[in-house]
Amino acid sequence: MYTLLKLLKKNARISNAELALLLDTDEKTIEKEIAALEASGVIRGYSAITNDDMIDEDFVTAHVELKVTPRSQSGFDEIAIAVSAYDEVESCWLMSGAYDLAVTITGRNIRDISQFIAQRLASIDGVLSTATHFVLKRYKDNSIVISGEEIDERGFVSP
Amino acid sequence: MINYDKILSKAAMDMKPSGIRKFFDIAQNLEGVISLGVGEPDFKTPWRIRKAAISTLEKGKTIYTANSGLLELRQQIAKYFEDTIKTSYCPENEILVTVGGSEAIDLAIRAIVEPGDEVLIVEPCFVCYSPIVALCGGVPVSIETKVENQFKLTADEVKAKITDKTKILILPFPNNPTGAVMRKEDLDEIAKVLKDKDIIVVSDEIYSELTYGGKHYSIAQCDGMKERTIVINGFSKSFAMTGWRLGFMAGPEEILEHVLKIHQYAIMCSPTTSQYAAVEALKHCHNDVEKMVSEYNMRRRYIVDAFNKLGLTCFSPEGAFYVFPSIKVTGLSSKEFCEKLVLEKKVAVVPGDAFGKCGEGFIRVSYAYSLNHLKEALKRIGEFLDENNLINNV
Repeated sequence: MYTLLKLLKKNARISNAELALLLDTDEKTIEKEIAALEASGVIRGYSAITNDDMIDEDFVTAHVELKVTPRSQSGFDEIAIAVSAYDEVESCWLMSGAYDLAVTITGRNIRDISQFIAQRLASIDGVLSTATHFVLKRYKDNSIVISGEEIDERGFVSP
Repeated sequence: MINYDKILSKAAMDMKPSGIRKFFDIAQNLEGVISLGVGEPDFKTPWRIRKAAISTLEKGKTIYTANSGLLELRQQIAKYFEDTIKTSYCPENEILVTVGGSEAIDLAIRAIVEPGDEVLIVEPCFVCYSPIVALCGGVPVSIETKVENQFKLTADEVKAKITDKTKILILPFPNNPTGAVMRKEDLDEIAKVLKDKDIIVVSDEIYSELTYGGKHYSIAQCDGMKERTIVINGFSKSFAMTGWRLGFMAGPEEILEHVLKIHQYAIMCSPTTSQYAAVEALKHCHNDVEKMVSEYNMRRRYIVDAFNKLGLTCFSPEGAFYVFPSIKVTGLSSKEFCEKLVLEKKVAVVPGDAFGKCGEGFIRVSYAYSLNHLKEALKRIGEFLDENNLINNV
């Protein structure tokens, strides 16, 4: 199961026939296993990993560190769920360390993002502070190199 | 003007450059070539091993080791042999740490072969055995393995080539280039032939960790064979440590004692930093090896299937990281096929005859590459076959 997930994470468009070949089993089994992973919610969706710098459209991505006061009943969950509910939020993780929630947001420009943070995120009850970091360049995403392909130094032919 | 021909030894001048080398030059001069030609892992040495080496450098551990290698490393190697091939070797006098498996091969041959002695070489095989035998004045005697036997060596083939001049049988399994392995039952048959003869088996087991569908078995494990076997192994392929140049050999003390003298005068000792790194590898990095092996195994299944689908029949190898598909159906020779392929589609593979005459009609394809890389290369090979109408029934 674990290897199957690893292969799908690398390439979600890989065919069942190919997966069966790689994992030394048959297509029916693969089909069943994927269906089970989807049904149980282990697989939440499939998405393309893109180099957005090559897309002709303006956008800005920011990582926002949120410090929050956990609520007496629900702890961090309620705030995290409220943050995640916004379409602008791409990811929202609870972290150990100096801050609590790591939030990724994408907008068209810096003004969009600052407005969103000031008006929406900062105003959520329990949010104590925000620190915003804008992304300058992405080199690797989801285990896939985006910029600066590694060169095979082994040469062409060796015994 | 000095006449170098008069200066150089005949043996050196007679040595043929590797068939691989020639092909390398062709690929080198083309733009945009993608290769399936290399004989080394695409993985980097596991970080833990690199870190261990860095740490010994920081501590200034930069002096010679004992000629036969760090005792701690030899002890780890002894443990490795016990764990894997269930054979005990004494770290003090039955194990030698060498500069790659290559040096071990050279030492074994040099310590044993005298002019006129015959050395049985199982082909197709790695390119170095014959030239070294010839350099010692020995006579390389080919034993040709066959695809219909899954490129395994058979007892009859050995028997047929043994004469009273035979001193060594070089046994290169898991095999480069075919990927063939010898299982216990295959080796038992060979052992029966050799058991009462004064012939030493030089068993080159450098790919032993890369054995799929079962564990590697060594001829040293066969009844009566330990005393007539030199086992050669190393870190290059299993731990992805080619550039560290570190191998090892184990065998009877009576042989190793003399092998050690050659090593001592020629090399002194294997690289110290690499030896410390190797201790770390054997102590803590078997998980990394397992991960790499499972990755190779997936690629192996993919590539065997892909070649068979293209119509180039490919025997399913159980070791190393090569497949050896037949290209006889195209009507081209191995060399013609490879040259045409690299010129037209810019895919570099190695002609089978670079590994011995009986490799003619085959190509060696390495799968020490990512799946995506393999797919692109196989797509190009498919186009190449189509565009040249090389396979009628596809």
